[in-house]
Amino acid sequence: MAEKSIFTKRPDGRKMDELRPIHAEIGVVPNADGSALFAQGDTIAIAAIYGPKTLNPKHMQNPEKGVVRVHYNMLSFSVGERIKPGVSRRSQEISKVTEWALSPVVMLEELPGTVIDVHINILQANAGTRCAGINAAAMALAHAGIPMKEMISAIAIGKMDKTILADVNKEEEDYDDGEGATDMPMAYLSNSGKISLLQLDGRMQADRLKEALELGKEACKKIAEIQKKALKEYK
Amino acid sequence: MVYKITKKNVLEAINKNERLDGRKPFEQRKIEIKFGVSNRAEGSVSVKVGKTHVVAGIKMNIQKPYTDHENEGTMTTSMELLPLSSPNFEYGQPTIEAVEIARVVDRGLRESRFIDFQKLCLEEGEKVWSINVDLATLNDDGSLLDASALAAMLALLTAHFPVYDDKKEKIEFGEFTDKKLPLNLENMSLTMTFFKIGDKLLIDPTREEEDSTDGRITMEVSKPDKDEMINAMQKGGNATFTIEEVETMVEESKKMFKKLKTLVDEAAEGFDKDNKKIKKEKKE
Repeated sequence: MAEKSIFTKRPDGRKMDELRPIHAEIGVVPNADGSALFAQGDTIAIAAIYGPKTLNPKHMQNPEKGVVRVHYNMLSFSVGERIKPGVSRRSQEISKVTEWALSPVVMLEELPGTVIDVHINILQANAGTRCAGINAAAMALAHAGIPMKEMISAIAIGKMDKTILADVNKEEEDYDDGEGATDMPMAYLSNSGKISLLQLDGRMQADRLKEALELGKEACKKIAEIQKKALKEYK
Repeated sequence: MVYKITKKNVLEAINKNERLDGRKPFEQRKIEIKFGVSNRAEGSVSVKVGKTHVVAGIKMNIQKPYTDHENEGTMTTSMELLPLSSPNFEYGQPTIEAVEIARVVDRGLRESRFIDFQKLCLEEGEKVWSINVDLATLNDDGSLLDASALAAMLALLTAHFPVYDDKKEKIEFGEFTDKKLPLNLENMSLTMTFFKIGDKLLIDPTREEEDSTDGRITMEVSKPDKDEMINAMQKGGNATFTIEEVETMVEESKKMFKKLKTLVDEAAEGFDKDNKKIKKEKKE
């Protein structure tokens, strides 16, 4: 049951379930085996795939299946206050959850002993960077010709007080009045109806989680169409 | 690393709603809590969950606040997977496993607003208290995240400020005040992880069970009023989940919250009682 909201519109004029304008582009890094750019409002992510290639050192190899290795990185000038370049605890964790999000859709059993390197870089950040990164990476994987079971899309669900929103921007993500700032990134496989990334920090009533997940599911379905369209139109 | 035969056994058992150690899928192992691991720490606790054993210690310090939160104290959470606690842990930089546990534990404590950071401010823009929540494993038999979160919570609940000499601007470590940390007890957040193997869910796995699972979702739940609030979630592993499965976890976590809350409250009350007795004896 949706709670009555004091908001009728969002700060940037969007409806509660409305996504920011999306720009999806394939082949932005010519050197890579596959690459893509995914922009969601002011958040811009590019992803490049190198592989599948032999995983070194050899003892890291899995003789039964390939491995997806994600490197998520925010450029130092992508945010307000400069962030120190290089690996942080935050970026390590995001890389890992992105690996867990992407691995289920890649047919890794077809690629034993190999690694697929997924490099995600955030050029400009305005909330939802890990989701934009996953969206870019999914397109880049397809562009690289990696065997995939289905498309994967991600979205950040958030809240302004009691109102649940899709695709929050930074202003909304930080909206701390009422119930407080909440950020719930999720990745969804539209064909099989499965969640492959789910995180939350903030305050979400247990009984309203389903409502939030359903909103995310619908948003991801829309994104999947945009991703597929970009791939189809790429020459 | 897990042997295929182990995984097969774990899976066969869980498909019959059983487990290798005789528990039911949603049955928790026995929890043993002991306070005072180190009398030099501002708060410390040992938590055993079955054969899993973690310790938590709170150390306080004074620092300059961050520029975007000039009137708030700080908290840092760290996790050490000690090589003494498992043949699988090695020396060196913290692994992603350790980083993830520390970050998820931190998130539950922070997002539930359990700690009143403004009350940790001594002088705006100049001096605030910092809380270090340090976790370490003494024996690993699975479910480290839940055990660590429980230990962190208990250590915070029983920590006391050290004596601070305002003139010397120095903390007299080892001397404690009667003052506890500024905590919003009604916002206490508790951590429960649901693991998936095949299409079955279970909680509190042993190491061999955990290594046999395909993925997990952690829920950090508080109950500030009549409704449960989820303050943090984290999906780990390569498994995928349906919305219905997440719903099952929400319902289970409400039941588990109640049990775990009683356990934590009783333990903390027990500590306070013992602490008073010890103080009284010292005076006499």
